[in-house]
Order: sequence, then C-alpha cells, then structure tokens
Amino acid sequence: MKHLLTTKELTRDEAELILDVTEQMAEAVTGREVPKLPALRGRTVVNLFFEDSTRTRTSFETAAKRLSADVVNFAAKTSSVNKGESLRDTALTLQAMGADAVVIRHPAAGAPQRLTEWIDGAVLNAGDGTHAHPTQALLDAFTMKKRLGSVEGRTVAIVGDILHSRVARSNVWLLSKLGANVRLVGPPTLLPKDIGDWPVEVGYDLDASLKGVDAVMMLRVQRERMHAAFFPTANEYARLYGLDERRLRLLPDHAIVMHPGPMNRGMEIAATVADSPRATITEQVTNGVWVRMAVLYLLLTNGETR
Amino acid sequence: MTDLLIKSADIVGKGRQDVLVRDGRVVETGSVTAKDAEVVDADGLILLPGLVDLHTHLREPGREDAETVRSGTRAAAKGGYTAVCAMANSYPVADTAGVVEQVAALGKAAGYADVQPIGAVSVGLEGKQLAEIGAMAHSAAKVRMFSDDGHCVADPIMMRRALEYVKTFGGLIAQHAEEPRLTEGAQMNEGAVSAELGLPGWPAVAEEAIIARDVLLAEYTGARVHFCHVSTARSVDIIREAKARGAKVTAEVCPHHLLLTDEAARTYDPVYKVNPPLRRESDVAVLRGALAEGVIDAVATDHAPHAPQDKDCEWAAARPGMLGLETALSITVLALGGPEGVDWDTVAERTSRTPARIAGLEAHGRDPQPGTEANFTLVDPTATWTVVPADLASLSRNTPYAGMVLPVTVQATFLRGRATVLNGKIAEETTE
Repeated sequence: MKHLLTTKELTRDEAELILDVTEQMAEAVTGREVPKLPALRGRTVVNLFFEDSTRTRTSFETAAKRLSADVVNFAAKTSSVNKGESLRDTALTLQAMGADAVVIRHPAAGAPQRLTEWIDGAVLNAGDGTHAHPTQALLDAFTMKKRLGSVEGRTVAIVGDILHSRVARSNVWLLSKLGANVRLVGPPTLLPKDIGDWPVEVGYDLDASLKGVDAVMMLRVQRERMHAAFFPTANEYARLYGLDERRLRLLPDHAIVMHPGPMNRGMEIAATVADSPRATITEQVTNGVWVRMAVLYLLLTNGETR
Repeated sequence: MTDLLIKSADIVGKGRQDVLVRDGRVVETGSVTAKDAEVVDADGLILLPGLVDLHTHLREPGREDAETVRSGTRAAAKGGYTAVCAMANSYPVADTAGVVEQVAALGKAAGYADVQPIGAVSVGLEGKQLAEIGAMAHSAAKVRMFSDDGHCVADPIMMRRALEYVKTFGGLIAQHAEEPRLTEGAQMNEGAVSAELGLPGWPAVAEEAIIARDVLLAEYTGARVHFCHVSTARSVDIIREAKARGAKVTAEVCPHHLLLTDEAARTYDPVYKVNPPLRRESDVAVLRGALAEGVIDAVATDHAPHAPQDKDCEWAAARPGMLGLETALSITVLALGGPEGVDWDTVAERTSRTPARIAGLEAHGRDPQPGTEANFTLVDPTATWTVVPADLASLSRNTPYAGMVLPVTVQATFLRGRATVLNGKIAEETTE
C-alpha cells in the first residue's frame, strides 16, 4: 500500500490487516500514562484541508501525534481555478518541503488521485467530494467488529442521502468486501442511477429495510437539498427516512445505530435515538483515531518496524 | 504559379487517376502528362476532397495562449482539412459583424485553411437577446450557421425565433443540445461509472430532450436545425425518425464519441473531460452505426484547445474539451471499419462533402473534376502513427489519444492547389 485513496482498491487482506493493526494501536495506547508511540518519530504528516472539517482534521492530527510524527496543518482555500493557488502548485510546494504523508480533504472527487501524480509521499484520502472517505468506512467496520464481534455475515442498512455520500460509497465497497450484506435505503432522488452492479440491496421503505439488520448507519442529510427538489420538506424526510424511537423498536435487540457525524438531530436521527445506548456515535470518534494511526503507520513504515 | 500534377492517386478509393491543377483549379483528370508541372507522386495514396470541420474552437480572439487562428488552421491542414467552421465562443463572443469579419480575415492571412466563422445566436451566448444575425449574414464573413455552442439555446421561444429568422437567407442553427437544468454541476456521463466515482452526472436525457424539442420546432417552423456533437444512442433514434418524416435536420458526431467511453474518467485525468461527456460503450456502437448509415451526417471535431493550467488540475476545476483536428481522420477510419475495411467514399461523404454542403461551402467537398477548386488531401491508407502531444501543430496539448497508435496518415493537403502540407510536413510559406 503506497496510498489510501478508496476502499474499493483495497484487497480483503489489506483491509483486515488495517483492522488488526487498529486493534493493536488501541491496545498499545489505551490506559497508558503517556498515550504515545515512537513509530513515526521524525516523519512529517501534512493535513491539507480544502474543506472545513475540524472533526476529521483533529482526528488525523491526534493520530499522527500519538505516533510521534510532526504534524503540519495546511488549511487551503477551495481551489476554484481562478482564486488562489492551484492544487498542483500546492502539491509541488508540499513536495519541496518534504512531506512524508499528505492527508487531503477536498471538495472535488478525484483530487487525492491527482495529488499522487505530483508528489512522492503517501497520499491519504480524508474525503474527496462525493467519492470516497476510506478511513470513515474503516472506523465503521472496526466499530461493528468491536460491538457485533464480526463484520462477516452481518447485515447493515445505510440510510439517507446515498447520492451525495462519500461515506456510503466507501462503506459499500469495504463492508461487502469483508462479507457483510449491505442495504441502501433512501428516496430514489437520493440514490445514484445505475447501481445495479453494486453488491447491495436497494430499498425505498425504511421500516421494511430495518428487519433483521445488525447495524443501521444513518447519513447526514443537508436541509438545503429540499431546495433542489430532492425531497419536499425536512419534516417529510424525517417522517419517511428518520430514525425515531418507533423505528428503533423495529430493530433486533443487539443491533447498533451508527452515524458518521455531524448529526442533524430531529432530521435523520431523533435526539433520543442519538443518545440511546444502542448508538455508537462517540465510540466511532474514538475508533477513528485508532484507525487513522493504523493507516498512517502502515503507509509510512510498510509495517516493517512493527 | 506552376501547374501541379498529382500522379496516380486513388480517387476516393474508386481507382487511380492523375489530376492536373492550374491556378488553383482542376483542369484535367485521367491519364495526364504535363511539362513544367510540379509533380506529386501519389502512388499508393488515397485522394479525398479536403476535409471540412463544422465545429472548431480556434480560441482567437481572446485565448491566444491556447490556440490562434494560425496555429489552429495549421493543425487543421495537418489533419487533412481545407476548411473549418470557427465556433462563436471567443472573447469577445462572435456576436457582431466586426468579430466574425476579424476571424475570417485572420484565417485568410494565415492561409492554411478557409475559415468560415459561425455567429452566436444570442448576445454574449447568454440566451437572452438575439444577436445581430442579419448583420453577420450580410457581412464580408457571410455567416450562414449560428450557434451558442458551449451553451444550449435552452429557451424555447429564443430557439423558435432564431430558427424562423435565419430562414430569410437559408441559414441554420447549430444546437448544443443540453437542457441546462438537468446538467447543473454535471461532470461526466450519468451512469454506473459516475455513481461509483461520485462525479455529478450529465444524463443522456438532457441531450435527447432538447433534440426532440428542436426537431419539433424545426418541423413546425420549416427551418433547418443542425445538432452538434450528438453523443447518445437515443438521440440517434430521434434524429432517424425526424429524417424519415422529412424534417430539415442534420447531425454531427465527434471522433472522441466514436472511440472513448466514460470508463476513461476513472483516471480522474481531466484530459477526458468534455461536453457532452464520453458515454457508454453501447452509445459508441450506435453512433458508429449511425455514421456509417448516414443518420449522422458528418464527423465534426469540436477541437477544443486548452492551456495547461486549465487541464492540469482536479477534474471539477478543469475546462471541458479536447483536441481533435489532427486525429479526426484516423479515428473516423477506425470507426468506419479500420484502414482495410473502410469505404473511402463514405469517409469522403462524412468528413468532406456533407459538412461542406451543411456549411454552404460550395468550393469544398468536391471530388476532382475539371473546373473544381483543388482542395484535396492525400492519405496513406497503410501507414500508422503514434500520437505524441509535443509533436502536434496545435498550441495546446490536451489530446486524449497520447501514446495511441492510429491508422492512416495525411501525406499532403492542398488548398486551391497550394500545398499546406507536403510529405506529412506543414508548409511554412502559405501566401497565395
């Protein structure tokens, strides 16, 4: 593994290795007085964020620091070609500064892949447009593994705005690769066209789709989408596709409720559901740090010094 | 000017003849001997009427860093073209007599190909107010074809009026068929590949809906409409039915839509970003069939040069469009059966005679007969060549065919008997 751009390109062995190393990272650091490992001492990790995302940036920063790497935060303005520096020039600048790894968040799908053509260091995709967010999917898989014992054979419903969701795309490839059954649920306006070849079931009826699931993953829905006629009103959306207490009771007892955050309480998820013990939302945040440690470690050391 | 004797050329694949040219016109064909003529040995070469491009972006005035009329027509000559129709989306837009006359004059001064300007339908391509179409038609540039290419004439009343208005001088509207509300933010063909790549989709129906509407408007008004860069299988169906009913409808297809598919977007390399976008394999197959059959009338390049910074970036930030003039003939031959199976008369029909007729360029698209202008290209049907971006005559490098080995080479191009390309090299002196 030279870069981590998508979960689609990962082999099952690679995905499982990342999850195993994630477990080791969690064990190695948890409960320590100084929660830090020396593995990446002297290495420079650049956080290159073209979109505001304090959550993800902080998670990567924490992960890199716990591995003793030097972290540089490079906040860039959205790269409309006419304003500011081009992505290529930014890449060449980072290359000249000697970045060992670049963690990139960008509003344009494919920007991380372009970046690999211009720099020698490892590129880690922290979310590109509506394309991919591989570390989110890996932390979701890790959370399922911890809570449910395994991913293999489990059934996961991913609910909401699949069309605009890089989290959904990355989870489809990763979870199916790891042997889970994936259901995509949402109104047809928020499902991509021509996904007949995806390894998923597609449903429009949330109640029916919740039967027999082991995990339900609620996606953030932007209220503004109603202005582009994806759905009529926030209220109707919440009624048809929100996870409320009634629907929570439709789930099997062991099933968990996941959300990548940030949440719209009262829209895709009721506040009481978000705060229920079935919800894994804060665990997902904790697991995110371990997963990102594992990925940074594997990309920067090829696992050699483990 | 010395006489020119083209010896033993295979005239559109129908048999060998010599062609004697004097003062820019053919004077004799058959078996010809001539003293003091400059002889071009065309043994083993196919002679085609000079290619005519209905859809070229020359970028001048305004983006001379990407292409100029001179560099673009040099690329055209290299590709076998003797005439190109220059699209109106320059800066300033070709929406006045002044701009179209300037473009025509630049073409004349360069001397590599006849440049026929296309006028804008609406002022500034904004779709709000009709441009001074009559002034452009009656200018020295004699504009007959009007297009807001790059933008669709989306407003149905604007389209109706434009179609009616150009009837006074036998003009036509070349429509960039793209329903704008269905393609807001669109980056590539909507389908399985866009779903996976997370790039906003450009659905085929956005093209088909406008083509269907404009077929009906053309029939209703009795006017001529031409469809630019047709890219979907269903568009072909609609055009086929319209022609069967006798509607005055013509259509072009671009070389890239005859060869490449949306799978290329997986690279996220914006050299493959184009509007309309690369479609599916099944669309490519239907477009090839429609071109062979004649439902699609012509190959047009949509040659769209872009400066490096407009392509060397992330996909969404890149400008759409790709080079086409120097590769179009090779790809047309590929799409029509390859160098061994191709019918050269069909190649001549789709790349020269029909586009010349659509554009109203009477001196072009003519097989050699005594009296016709000597606008020809000589093609080596057995040669192959490798596309090397740095070797192209265009100022820009955004070819999607870099590294590909393509069939057939242009050995010579003659504009009114004067070689603009000879032995595969562009002539440096072009004054008539």
